[in-house]
Amino acid sequence: MARKIIVDPITRIEGHLRIDVEVADNAITKAWSSAQMWRGIEVILKGRDPRDAWMFTQRICGVCTTVHAIASVRAVENALKLEVPLNAQYVRNMMVALHAFHDHIVHFYVLSALDWVDVVSALKADPVKTASLAQSLSDWPGNSAKRFKAVKEKVKSLVDSGQLGPFANAYWGHPAMVLPPEANLMAVSHYLEALDYQRKADQAIAILGGKNPHIQNLAVGGVTTAINPNRDVALNMDKLYWIKQLTEEVQSFIKQVYLPDVIAIGALNKEWLSYGEGVTNYLAVPDMPLDSAGTTFDLPGGTIFNADLGSLKEFTSFKDEYFRDNIKEHVARSWYQGDRDRHPFDGETIPSYSDFDPDGKYSWSKAPRFNDLPMQVGPLAQVLVGYAKGDERIKGYVDDALARVSSLAGVRVGPSVLHSTLGRHLARAIRTAVLSDYALKHWQLLVDNIDRGDLAIMYQPTFPAGEQQGFGFHEAPRGALSHWIVIENGHIKNYQCVVPSTWNAGPRDVHDAPGPYEASLVGNPIADHEKPLEVLRTVHSFDPCIACAVHLLRPEGGELSTVRAL
Amino acid sequence: MDDYSENGIGALRLTRRSFIKGCTMAAAALGLSESMIPRLVSAATSPQRPPVVWLHFQECTGCSESLLRASHPDLGRLIFDLISLDYHETVMAAAGYQAEENLKNTIDKYDGKFLCVVEGAIPTKDGGVYCKIGGRTAMDILAEVAPRSAAVIAIGSCASFGGIQAAAPNPTGAVGVRDLVHGKPIINIPGCPPNPISFLGTVLHYLTWKKLPVTDNLGRPLFAYGRKIHDHCERRAHFDEGRFVEQFGDEGHRQGYCLYKVGCKGPATFSNCPAVRFNDVDQWPVSAGHGCCGCTEPGFWDTMTPFEERLPEVTIPLGQGTVSTAASVGRTVMAVTAGAIGVHAAAGVVRRVTKGTAKKDEIREE
Repeated sequence: MARKIIVDPITRIEGHLRIDVEVADNAITKAWSSAQMWRGIEVILKGRDPRDAWMFTQRICGVCTTVHAIASVRAVENALKLEVPLNAQYVRNMMVALHAFHDHIVHFYVLSALDWVDVVSALKADPVKTASLAQSLSDWPGNSAKRFKAVKEKVKSLVDSGQLGPFANAYWGHPAMVLPPEANLMAVSHYLEALDYQRKADQAIAILGGKNPHIQNLAVGGVTTAINPNRDVALNMDKLYWIKQLTEEVQSFIKQVYLPDVIAIGALNKEWLSYGEGVTNYLAVPDMPLDSAGTTFDLPGGTIFNADLGSLKEFTSFKDEYFRDNIKEHVARSWYQGDRDRHPFDGETIPSYSDFDPDGKYSWSKAPRFNDLPMQVGPLAQVLVGYAKGDERIKGYVDDALARVSSLAGVRVGPSVLHSTLGRHLARAIRTAVLSDYALKHWQLLVDNIDRGDLAIMYQPTFPAGEQQGFGFHEAPRGALSHWIVIENGHIKNYQCVVPSTWNAGPRDVHDAPGPYEASLVGNPIADHEKPLEVLRTVHSFDPCIACAVHLLRPEGGELSTVRAL
Repeated sequence: MDDYSENGIGALRLTRRSFIKGCTMAAAALGLSESMIPRLVSAATSPQRPPVVWLHFQECTGCSESLLRASHPDLGRLIFDLISLDYHETVMAAAGYQAEENLKNTIDKYDGKFLCVVEGAIPTKDGGVYCKIGGRTAMDILAEVAPRSAAVIAIGSCASFGGIQAAAPNPTGAVGVRDLVHGKPIINIPGCPPNPISFLGTVLHYLTWKKLPVTDNLGRPLFAYGRKIHDHCERRAHFDEGRFVEQFGDEGHRQGYCLYKVGCKGPATFSNCPAVRFNDVDQWPVSAGHGCCGCTEPGFWDTMTPFEERLPEVTIPLGQGTVSTAASVGRTVMAVTAGAIGVHAAAGVVRRVTKGTAKKDEIREE
């Protein structure tokens, strides 16, 4: 008999999310993803100075800090046909990569590891055996019996205090928790070390951006991080080298701890390399631009349909028309009025809250579609696009990671296992490793460019009379992000954000096609109806961010001005 | 365990009954009424680490994220050694009804004793439907939890003053905690996000001395918000000598001149940013070449924008003149008045100039 399970709130995510699943014979047959918060930042932007948009939109999300700021300045620059100096691209690129380090590390350890790692079981681990397990996976200096013993003591004192704090009342001892005690202790130790390393990535960002979260060094036309090798008040070699050292330290953690941990957890939970596939249409945008105009990139972007890597069609520049012309948002099942899909330039948002109705409207999130199809976005999309394209760096990391999973699991696995719950985690760790190489590459590009005497950081924007439209995209940690702006006489006339978590967390569309979260949950086992751990595993694998997914609002009782796309 | 208190006293082999008897005698000796006895018992049997309930409403989680960046104490030490973070949607392992059960258990078990931290604004329009957790509105949750806490810390500009969602036209009727909760000590730690030092300093002050720090009339602790940024900015000498950045990327910018003319709001903003800086790398927005955006002040999204335009009514030294009216700064929409600059208390005057602010539904204790 079918039974309905509601998980509200889904914790260890940004924002407020409710997931409903229908379960029959201990497997999920149907799922609904419902965003539970709405703030209205795009409407607040109307009439304001386009140069301020990045400051406002960055506050869409503090987990995805930086990313909306980057997409926003790119959108305004696109509308003004304004390029940015090379130094500004490199500074932005380094911040993009460093932010991804922080975000992916925190996502894996703080936000999702506890779905796989049983903290209580770690108390049964032998620190010496833990060290030999950890050392077989990597030669990370923290993998010592001494450290594991200290961590075990720390966990024990927490449990003995009777105050478990954030670890209270979780699904400890759940039958799907299959890691041996030693693997659990290793992961708890790495959880604590992750807290130190994510912070180093943010420190490097703050040297460039003034602070973090919410950097304050962007401007339409470039960055405000002044460069002057002969002053202490600007970016000089002292600060640059500090950034490099921090980047290298975090890179070591990524390659020696994060990636091996994901490989090990993947191999020890290999059935989760088959659950959680869902929507297999993928969309990623190119990023880490190498020129002022944004026509060549280190990270590839494009679309893939039906898991067919041969169907790759690439996006090639910041002005790409294939990207610009094929996105629409549906509201048929969202708490908004309206009966048709609309292009972001043509957006209309009239809220109409009606409580949760699984057969009708049930989310504040809209449902974006590309060529009328749901698309999965995120690190997996980008890794698959790179793999399909034959990108050597991405392909190298993927093949190496899959070989290590195969060897640990004792089963040969190929790239097809990436279309899964743990495949998303693996792709995210691979993307982090790829970006760690690029962060250092762009550091070198910046240093070389300064050496040539180029200190430019800004091209001044000017706002002509009349109307301009622009869009800017950014491959954020959670996937393809795009901002769409209409400027009229120097003021914002309309602003829309099409956000990774909207792509992934969005509800069904007018054709009743489920979004990626919903599709990926179908077929997942549910061992214990009271403790739907499996739901958390698959939903967390997307790295949900609900503040981002829902950001639209309308003025009092009215309709957002409707703007026609050209 | 019922016969023994949870820690300390149990080690003395004192039964709970004889302990309460002792408290009764102590109360009598002190001339206290019998109604004080439960409070004495609870203080003496307090948990090792003070319980903290952290509520998330209309927010971006940037304030929680800022704590991830803190180094003294770092997050590990904070949650293992200093506090018991019993409810926090972003880090807690439990989910769904087990998560909500943790909330209920904490406020029942530590009634009147836990610290309530609020991150995010509270939407009040249309019955508060714009933010729901576990099926309940943010307003309902705050009304249940805040009156039963020992004190409330509003972290960030959203929980303090409404923040970005309260910017004109404030579509969801977003307000801060102080607009709704009365009869409880409330400390505001504004900033977008605030420096974690300002928040942790407040928590440590409270944990150590069992009282809240002294605040200004906006509820901001003086140790963190007692000075105007302009008064302790490293670029102040350039301001005094009339050396300004005219536009980002110019020679003055490369020399580290004053950012007032490219929009720095330091002359109207109270915060410790220039002194304590961010992320332990000796940086803050001004050292990254960008002006202060005024994020610790109420309504800054309306009063301090456009961010790249200069504040009006600031006297520029060395006879370079005064920008006398708001109109003279071009496209500015700033509502900052002369009174708001240099007068600590007046920062609140410009508050609520936004249109469309919702009628407040007040939550009162009892």
